[in-house]
Amino acid sequence: MISTALVHLSLSRFRSHTKTELDIEPKPVILFGANGVGKTNILEAVSLLAPGRGLRRKPLSDATQRGSLQPWAVHAKLSRQDGVFSIGTGLEAVSNGHRRLVRVDGSHASAGALAQLMRQVWLTPAQDRIFSGARGLRLKFFDRLVFSLFPEHAKAVSSYEKAMRQRQKLLDDGGAEPAWLDGLEQQMAQFAFLLMQNRNQTMQRLIQEIETSPDSAFPKADLELVGEDELAVLTAKCPIDENALRTGFGRSRHNDARAGRCLTGPHRADLRVSWAVKQMPASECSTGEQKALLVGLTLAHAKAVSAHQQACAPIILLDEACAHLDERRRAALIDELCQLKGQAWLSGTDRSLFEHFGNRAQFFEIKETGAMSGQAS
Amino acid sequence: MPHTSAGPQIEQLITLLSRLPGLGPRSARRAVLHLIRRKESLLEPLGRSMIEAAQRIQSCKQCGNIDVRNPCAICDAPGREQTSLCVVEQVGDLWALERAGAHRGRYFVLGGVLSAIDGVRPEDLHIDRLLALAEQPQITEVILALSANVDGASTSHYLSDVLAKANVTVTSIARGVPVGGELDYLDDGTLSAALQSRRSV
Repeated sequence: MISTALVHLSLSRFRSHTKTELDIEPKPVILFGANGVGKTNILEAVSLLAPGRGLRRKPLSDATQRGSLQPWAVHAKLSRQDGVFSIGTGLEAVSNGHRRLVRVDGSHASAGALAQLMRQVWLTPAQDRIFSGARGLRLKFFDRLVFSLFPEHAKAVSSYEKAMRQRQKLLDDGGAEPAWLDGLEQQMAQFAFLLMQNRNQTMQRLIQEIETSPDSAFPKADLELVGEDELAVLTAKCPIDENALRTGFGRSRHNDARAGRCLTGPHRADLRVSWAVKQMPASECSTGEQKALLVGLTLAHAKAVSAHQQACAPIILLDEACAHLDERRRAALIDELCQLKGQAWLSGTDRSLFEHFGNRAQFFEIKETGAMSGQAS
Repeated sequence: MPHTSAGPQIEQLITLLSRLPGLGPRSARRAVLHLIRRKESLLEPLGRSMIEAAQRIQSCKQCGNIDVRNPCAICDAPGREQTSLCVVEQVGDLWALERAGAHRGRYFVLGGVLSAIDGVRPEDLHIDRLLALAEQPQITEVILALSANVDGASTSHYLSDVLAKANVTVTSIARGVPVGGELDYLDDGTLSAALQSRRSV
């Protein structure tokens, strides 16, 4: 059933792990053990086999084990339908600090090459409060979903933000030549249009995945992206295109200069999630219900990525995802994970949380720091 | 500064060399040792040619290129096309285009790109000189050969607006598939840029 899986993982000098090696079967992986033994560290190591700063979003240089003179490294063997790939990442000491290294099959590669080989989807406890938290966090969360479908999305977002910062600086300083502002707004419009397209397509695929999936223990979510179309109101143009965006940015110069920030544009969007059957906004749901919505969304996303990217189903990292779920939902989650084409990695304090897997998963008990005992079931 | 057993002159040489791009304190020390070992054949000629270059080098008052003569060899070359003007960011870009022999016309070196955050404004880029050049009657085309990033693209846009005053065609270099490149390995942005700028064959 599983077509994309890590079959070997090795961590060197990575946080609590001096040297940890896991030989893995192509099945879901369960990491269990007491608090602070380094379960999440292993998930984080896997998440670094992708572009970006991993699921903790901490600086890469922080991941080196304390007291270690050499920087960290993570290596894995990735098994896909089309073969087994050796992938690795780590830091390399250079004269003014550290530099990220990526290796694919023994040669230097770019971080983008990792994204081509392996997609990842993850859910961490830090995302639990996403529905009641700040708008920006929700948008970041959604952009991550977009990114695993469209790796180019990250570049579009950063280019858009860069042009926006340049434009705002010009507006703040005052007296800028209109042609310069025009040029920056053209860049903003170009990347805004691209990133809005990526977001809309992701949204459509997620909605389709949710609508066509059978009813399960996970609530179906109603998803909506709001706030992006304020520019359309500004230019009275629908459907919005690059030119309309450009005109919109041009018209909002005066207001943006007064406000000291750009008031309209895709950076002001928000992800609205509600419980479809109850018609209740996610932020008003209970903690457990919010978690269930989030898990349901993550599963739908994993399926959407699989459908989009036939060759590589995404690896799913779920850090302490079972903690807030009742027994019925836990069992449903486990059954769903066993159906997916990409390998799931789960962490939790207690083995009993995952009993429903039976022999469908591989269990590793993480013990004392650094001393790792792999125990297959 | 790490302790070394060399005298202050050698120390100074190491410090200066270590500021070069691509060199650090260790490689600078290695380079200095190498120079000292070849005093007559390398160190002294290098010193002489550096002094000579420092005395004679100048920035071309027409195009901004670096040469020992003013106007530079390219601006002065009789055989070059006088109808097209290629605008680049840095002297290094001009040298790259010359190495490729890709452009047979004249150049203009901006010296950077517009950036509000880095404080580079139109007046820092000698744009009045560019406009004066473009307004010369023999120039019919200005080619913008700037980087394909946000700052490069917004500078190109700004320049095309400024150059609208001159009676010239303003073009920009193509963005797309590199020579010898395979489509499979290109990122989505490059691919769509390549498709957008397709042409009939």
